[in-house]
Amino acid sequence: MTEMVESTFGPVRESFRALAATIVPEAVSLDADAWDEVERIVEDGLAARPAAIRRQLRLFVRLLDLLPVLRFGKTFRSLDPSRRTAFLLGVQDAPVLLVRRGFWGIRTLVYMGYYSRQEARDAIGYRADARGWEGRR
Amino acid sequence: MNEKRYDVVVVGSGAGGGTVAEALAPLVRQGKKVLVVEQGPRLRLEELSGRELEMAPALYEDDGGFLTADGTMTLAFGRAYGGSTVVYTGTSMQPPERVVRGWGVPGLDHSDLDRRARRFAGDNNVHLLDEGLLNENNRLFVEGCRKAGYRAEQFPINVKGCKGSSLCNLGCPNGAKQGTHQVQLPAAERAGVEVVTRAEALRLEERVVVLRVSARPEGGKGLPSEWAPGDYRVAAGVVVLAGGAVGSPALLLRSRLPGLSGRVGEGLTCHPAHILVGEHPREITNDVGHPKSFFLDRAAREGFVLETCMYFPFTTAKNLAGFGAPHSTLMRAFRRLQMILVLACDKAVPGNRVSVDRAGKPVVHYRFTRETVAALVRATRASARIFFAAGAIRVHAPSADPPLVEPGDSARLDERISERHFLPGKISVSAAHLMGGCGMGRGPEDSVTDSFGRVHGLPWLRVADSSLFPDSLEINPYLTIMALADRVAEGVVSDLSELGAGSG
Ligand SMILES: Cc1cc2nc3c(=O)[nH]c(=O)nc-3n(C[C@H](O)[C@H](O)[C@H](O)COP(=O)(O)OP(=O)(O)OC[C@H]3O[C@@H](n4cnc5c(N)ncnc54)[C@H](O)[C@@H]3O)c2cc1C
Ligand code: SF4
Repeated sequence: MTEMVESTFGPVRESFRALAATIVPEAVSLDADAWDEVERIVEDGLAARPAAIRRQLRLFVRLLDLLPVLRFGKTFRSLDPSRRTAFLLGVQDAPVLLVRRGFWGIRTLVYMGYYSRQEARDAIGYRADARGWEGRR
Repeated sequence: MNEKRYDVVVVGSGAGGGTVAEALAPLVRQGKKVLVVEQGPRLRLEELSGRELEMAPALYEDDGGFLTADGTMTLAFGRAYGGSTVVYTGTSMQPPERVVRGWGVPGLDHSDLDRRARRFAGDNNVHLLDEGLLNENNRLFVEGCRKAGYRAEQFPINVKGCKGSSLCNLGCPNGAKQGTHQVQLPAAERAGVEVVTRAEALRLEERVVVLRVSARPEGGKGLPSEWAPGDYRVAAGVVVLAGGAVGSPALLLRSRLPGLSGRVGEGLTCHPAHILVGEHPREITNDVGHPKSFFLDRAAREGFVLETCMYFPFTTAKNLAGFGAPHSTLMRAFRRLQMILVLACDKAVPGNRVSVDRAGKPVVHYRFTRETVAALVRATRASARIFFAAGAIRVHAPSADPPLVEPGDSARLDERISERHFLPGKISVSAAHLMGGCGMGRGPEDSVTDSFGRVHGLPWLRVADSSLFPDSLEINPYLTIMALADRVAEGVVSDLSELGAGSG
């Protein structure tokens, strides 16, 4: 499905990855294939959403990358992990609903991309399957 | 445009639509034609993989992520043969007398609803799960409640051959859950009721349903539609709307039928909910076993209900507040997590409603009232006490800042968990009990239908789903919806004789 729809985060990939690795710190150690999988899941999840929403999300990622310049003199991508976290904590608690919502949307997409992978499910020990109790005995 | 004609067309095949379909099946033997129109697909058992990424788009509207207009709450509702009953957990509660009486709908008697709901509980094999099948996530809730001074009650559930796979909200891969897809719709079809899936009712005209049948998308789950793709005008003696609390008002609003009450879409309630998590020092059985076996009903006194629950990795991650190391640490503790769903018994208030956008798509407007927020906060504090009493070493509470509450905080829970930390847009709130939008009442000035779901001013049109609720039910609603839908079906039978509708 994704081939037919313009990629949402492709043009802001580095910023998206910097955000994702702050939201889920374990993502720092993902290899190229795993990153591809995370991004494919996110893009597939967005493919059916209106183009306007996808554009807004991309714009929001761009803004999140640029805004730290005002406070730290650097883009989000160039910040160290603790400053990245400090910045996003501020965004999460922003007085403006639109900003909080935007961040909530980005973090939800990151969690979808990261935790829908089998590798992540295994890593946290999630085991539910159709066999239920039979599979555990 | 293809033309067809039926005596009765039912829009939607969930708790309400499935019930009406079965109740009207005897009419088929009398030569009447009954059609159920469902926009979602008909899934095969082997397609229910239990994977969030595959099942959410196949079974839910907007992949389960339908957002309210201001983006502060996610609504979950099904879109499939069987509607939300394919994804519900199957907890089966009788209509509460206090609430039904409080609605004050003329002609709606609690004892009548109760009697009908009991019949469906029998049909759906509702019973209490054997103690040996309860997992620790559920047992710890009971123990925590007891130690914290509460009395947990066991949920009657509607399963047959439940293996405890804990995947109910992604569609039961064992066909154990007795939803309308499993019980009422197959019975109706065996008796000759037709069901057309992948068929969306676009609008209503006087005694006509205009619908569009879509082709099965390549690689998508589910069977192709029973009808050829294309647009259809289906004439009907009686139309019954059962598209759910979002679908039915939306269809009415985009149809702009003359004479319709201005109340359409108003009065939406949904039991807004948080998922709370308590971390234990040891592994517990949580992702195996039926997920929802106990509840604590504080609706009458404190405006909330607590239920056991267990969710999937992405859903859990999304519902935990925050991000970064504290969030990851909790996710890595998955096998040690106990979960509680807290539901607020919200009230119908002006402004909380369904509308449609210019394209006719539903838009849900919902603001959290102070009372709803206060109920969620009280429920969260009670849950924290229960988690700690059950032995949890940390509790995740979205309306605490920071959200992780330690046992040392026990004495100051009121301060740690508070309304001032309930920041819409920051914390996750979700709802799966959508109610209202075509409420029952006296007349068009206060409601959309009468107590038998007949739309005021439009004798050929009835509503038979959760949108009928004039206010929140304050407990899990599906059995009450079935009971209401059964009354509507009774009304349809008498309509047919009065209207003298004939099929062609
Ligand atoms: C995850 C989850 C868990 C739940 N757990 C429980 C539980 O344990 N116990 C309980 O009592 N309740 C539970 N519920 C709530 C319960 O499932 C619903 O309240 C109930 O199914 C609503 O019935 P309904 O007939 O109003 O709508 P639904 O069951 O949602 O059915 C409506 C159907 O109409 C179709 N439709 C809508 N518009 C159109 C249209 N224009 N054209 C064609 N088709 C249309 C939809 O696709 C859908 O299939 C749960 C719900 C969810 C989502
Ligand atoms: S717990 Fe039981 S009802 Fe739920 S999905 Fe598993 S087998 Fe089905």
